[in-house]
Amino acid sequence: MFTTAAQLLDMTDKKIVVVLRDGRKLIGVLRSWDQFANIVLQDTIERLFSYEKKLYADIERGVFLVRGENVLLLGEIDLDRDDYIPEPYKLTNQRELHKICKEETIQRKKREVRRARKLRKFGFEGDNGGEGLV
Amino acid sequence: MLFYSFFKTQIGNEVEVELKNDIRIKGTLKSIDQYLNVKLDDIQVTNEDKYPHLSAVTSTFIRGSTVRYIHLNASTVDTALLQDATRREHHANMGKAPSGS
Repeated sequence: MFTTAAQLLDMTDKKIVVVLRDGRKLIGVLRSWDQFANIVLQDTIERLFSYEKKLYADIERGVFLVRGENVLLLGEIDLDRDDYIPEPYKLTNQRELHKICKEETIQRKKREVRRARKLRKFGFEGDNGGEGLV
Repeated sequence: MLFYSFFKTQIGNEVEVELKNDIRIKGTLKSIDQYLNVKLDDIQVTNEDKYPHLSAVTSTFIRGSTVRYIHLNASTVDTALLQDATRREHHANMGKAPSGS
């Protein structure tokens, strides 16, 4: 019956990256889950990215219980390529990046709103409820 | 349930999933469930420099509710058969009163 459960079974106790609906990226060990993709993560870090300035930073967060509806995707991290970040991205301190990310999020939301407004003129309804997702 | 069955026939094929946040992920369809959650293997992200967080990932579970499109190889789809099956399912449901749930 619960095929979702079967799909998550082989990710259990592995290091995974979770992308949430609000754009956050969490990296941690998958400890528990159910058929709605509600999940428990242990030793979690949150990784912030600045897509314009090509920077990233990690923040230690601990244990997470994420409600399934907020999950976009789960990715199993290949331990051979663990912590591989593509070339232009550089590690920076989180305080600085926090400010940059906040600004980028505001800009992105504005762009989304503009896009949705234009699409609506042509008769398209937004499919993400106006939420700015990356 | 029709499209769940349909996607089950696609298991093992190369597909490209486009999410509602515009990420496009190419990979081998490994499994699918009744919510159309999909599991992809050997993934590749189109436009990786924009979505760097998936570069160390080879296998993903994507929640069905976040999928916009699944691009399939046209040669793997029998559209006539699919159309037929859709009609048949519709006819099978015609006699039933709306369940409301």
